[in-house]
Amino acid sequence: MSALQNKPRALLLNVLMLGAGALTLFPLWWMVSTSLMAPGESSNFPLPMLPRSATLHNYRELFSHAGIGQYLLNSVLLSCAATLLSLLFNVSAGYAFAKLRFQGRDRIFKVMLGALVIPSQVAMLPLFLLLKYMGLVNSYGAVLVPAMAGIFGIFLVRQYALTIPDALLEAARMDGASEFQIFRIIVLPLLTPILVTLGIFTFLGTWNDFMWPLIVLTDKDLYTLPVALASLSREHVQDNELMMAGSVLTILPVLLLFLGLQRYYIQGLLVGSVKG
Amino acid sequence: MNSQRAAWCFAGPALLVIGVFFFLPVLAALVMSLTDFDIYALADLRNLRFVGLRNYVELLQTPLFWQALGNTLYFVVVGVPLSIAASLGAALLLHSRLTRFKGLFRTAFFAPVVTSLVAVAVIWRYLLHTRYGMVNHGLELLGISPVDWLNDPHWAMPAIILFALWKNFGYNMIIFLAGLQSIPDDLYEAAGLDGAGVWQQFRYITWPMLGPTLLMVSILSMSAYFQLFAEPYVMTQGGPVQSTVSVLYFMYEQGFKWWNLGAASAVAFILFAIMFCVTLLQLRVAKGVDA
Amino acid sequence: MRMRFAPALLVLAFAALLSSCAPRREEGVVLKFWAMGREGEVVTALMPEFERTHPGVRVEVQQLPWTAAHEKLLTAFAGDVMPDIFQLGNTWVPEFKAIGALRALDGEVATSQHVTQADYFPGIWDTNIVDGKLWGVPWYVDTRVMFYRRDMLARAGYAKPPQTWADWMKAMTAIKRIVGPDNYAILLPSDEFEPLLALALQQDEPLLRDGGRYGNFRTPGFRRSLQLYADMYAQKLAPLNRITNVYHEFGMGYVSFYISGPWNMGEFKRRLPADQQDSWMTAILPGPSGPAASVAGGSSLVLAASSKHQREGWQLIEYLSRTDTMARFHELTGDLPPRRSNWSHPRLAGDKYAQAFGEQLERVKPAPKVPEWEQIATEMRLVAERVTHGELTVDQAAAELDAKADHILEKRRWMLARKEGE
Repeated sequence: MSALQNKPRALLLNVLMLGAGALTLFPLWWMVSTSLMAPGESSNFPLPMLPRSATLHNYRELFSHAGIGQYLLNSVLLSCAATLLSLLFNVSAGYAFAKLRFQGRDRIFKVMLGALVIPSQVAMLPLFLLLKYMGLVNSYGAVLVPAMAGIFGIFLVRQYALTIPDALLEAARMDGASEFQIFRIIVLPLLTPILVTLGIFTFLGTWNDFMWPLIVLTDKDLYTLPVALASLSREHVQDNELMMAGSVLTILPVLLLFLGLQRYYIQGLLVGSVKG
Repeated sequence: MNSQRAAWCFAGPALLVIGVFFFLPVLAALVMSLTDFDIYALADLRNLRFVGLRNYVELLQTPLFWQALGNTLYFVVVGVPLSIAASLGAALLLHSRLTRFKGLFRTAFFAPVVTSLVAVAVIWRYLLHTRYGMVNHGLELLGISPVDWLNDPHWAMPAIILFALWKNFGYNMIIFLAGLQSIPDDLYEAAGLDGAGVWQQFRYITWPMLGPTLLMVSILSMSAYFQLFAEPYVMTQGGPVQSTVSVLYFMYEQGFKWWNLGAASAVAFILFAIMFCVTLLQLRVAKGVDA
Repeated sequence: MRMRFAPALLVLAFAALLSSCAPRREEGVVLKFWAMGREGEVVTALMPEFERTHPGVRVEVQQLPWTAAHEKLLTAFAGDVMPDIFQLGNTWVPEFKAIGALRALDGEVATSQHVTQADYFPGIWDTNIVDGKLWGVPWYVDTRVMFYRRDMLARAGYAKPPQTWADWMKAMTAIKRIVGPDNYAILLPSDEFEPLLALALQQDEPLLRDGGRYGNFRTPGFRRSLQLYADMYAQKLAPLNRITNVYHEFGMGYVSFYISGPWNMGEFKRRLPADQQDSWMTAILPGPSGPAASVAGGSSLVLAASSKHQREGWQLIEYLSRTDTMARFHELTGDLPPRRSNWSHPRLAGDKYAQAFGEQLERVKPAPKVPEWEQIATEMRLVAERVTHGELTVDQAAAELDAKADHILEKRRWMLARKEGE
């Protein structure tokens, strides 16, 4: 193909990509723009694209009257806790399924893979009752305990752990190291990339999760950002600008986290899907 | 400590958690679906009756259940191909040698995936507003009359399909991108030398080489789309006129609104059965195509 | 790098886990009080006085939006995390009594100095009595009346609000002629079942028959009510699309009639501009052949059976039921008090908008007192929505409602039969 034929095609493709990019980012940009508008400004004709004079009024409202500071803190706390617990449980199990031999290992793994087809909502109702009998309803335990380990997390770690050379582990065993020492000194450092990936997945998933916390948390003080936003949207349906400020606060932290660590996130996505 | 015991120390806790907090409830749900467990039974277990398959039979006779099923199938049948097309299109754009600033655009396309569904659903609810929404504003600029997106029973589900498309296309795009990158360049060079045009190259090289990826993406997408729930919950509450009630939304209302746990569990299992069959069908078809 | 922070984060994680499990040790008694909607926002202002007069007791008010209240309460019951006292719509009292979530209050009321049954509107007090016992104390009453634009009605040639259905339809048609095809005459929000319920209660036939065992929607009476409701949509007098800002649209003349409740008196005063305050008014609902019934709504204060602070909980209910507290509550919310002595208060007696409510309260009928009523009312709303969208005829809708109601009440029939057999 000659350079002369390339130019119009290149132009077309780049314009398409620009258009697609603009359409994709427009809702997010509108969200930020509206959050900085004065109350009621966005419901006037002609529809404004930019605030007449940017104001932080809505954010102040949220922090002072809607108590969003508490919800933000709750989200951070809960997501961190979930991430750590998930790493604790899933990484050791993933490693075990990849490199340690125990009876029924492969059969159990196949069953778990098959179980991935079961939608998690099937288990929701009895799980709620189980947590009630354990006295965990309306506490963070109800959100954390069922999520401490997950089939997908174990699968992710296992796939990655399979790439650790057996010879390395055998040599360490010959030297008399215990399994725990091997795990701590040799395996964990090698698994660092997948740790980061799993950590991001879990953090993101917990932060954005809203259905389950909505069901199990009845005390408003315990609400996380998405839950608070969902309930705020029922009451304040007419306050566009306020709701957009709430959306910004809910989206921004994870978006920044993602921007900083996208390499790991995307890699993890691929490990989980393509190799599977 | 011998290696078997060590292995159980490593895997045991996670397996225990999964067993107690996933498999056990799933089994319990199966048993529950054979009873008429409801709020009366919750108060006093003596009000519980074992009813066998009655929940399932009654569900199949409930018009709203069929409506939910129909809505969900509409969502899957229209939404999945659209989503795959958009993801593939974006991946092709990103993969092309002629486009610039790929890193930037890749991030832009993927951004909606990491956002909280509630937060963006709230945004879209305003964007789709009949009078003050940007979507209708844009349509007017193009000369198309405004659509009453979230209030018109004919347009509410398309609105949700559009929203789901926007939110999720970046995810599959990444997978397609990886698939595209694994196709060797010399195939294209050879084809180009033989005089094949862009469309022919796509049809005879790209499409077949992407086969396994396409299959996996469509299985995963279908599975995810069957589980439609959060979008109707936040944006339309199942309305208008129940045109956006999905199977899981129906289950949620039965289970957590009315506490008809027996009926709700039956719904969940029916959905699981359908998803299982559809996945098997897809695999069977793929095997047939391969042969 | 990550390893250094790991121990600290681990500690944080376990702290979060532990803090959720360990009970918060508090001085004195903490009462959890759940209230809905605007009442929930406002009642916090009344708590300092209570806490002052009852040292050692603190009240935590949690506000629930009405749209989620029923399911949140049931979920809390199922999860064993109910509050100590809560507000309950009086149509929900039979349901929560049936599942054992409430504590009977006959003993407390009998010995109370402040809660005297004789002072309450009998029809409203009665909504709290199930199976001969009292399960809640009325907090405020609610009914539906007509809010309307006096000036629009005058322009259409009507000096007084319509009193019969026929006049009502004529008046709305006249208004529609004036405002044109892009505007409407009446707002019937499709997410509320009260307007249709009010029309249905104006008929003589009850909505359920046989002691609440079967649906009774195929009667000519209910079908007439549903027909009127459907006609308003069919003749383009009511808009099909959802309205998010009622006050805005009412002020702009987008609609001129609105069937709503007492809270909107305060909202209209607050949200409509000053120059429009004289152009709106309230009136009792028109009936088939003259003034007729409306819904006997309202909320009660109830005590949870699972509460560990029964004595203090009752003290809070008592405090909120005192006439002076009720007067302050009325000032803050515009909600109408259920005690006659509050109605002779000059503030209420002199409120021109409240007069219609006072009149209507003499003609209120309760909804059927079955625990499943909330479900049946929701079905009624959904079926009505399908009628207004042209998907069902009125006769089909009535048949379908009966089928649905019969199905919903099946367990009740079984339980009643079992009780009779014992």
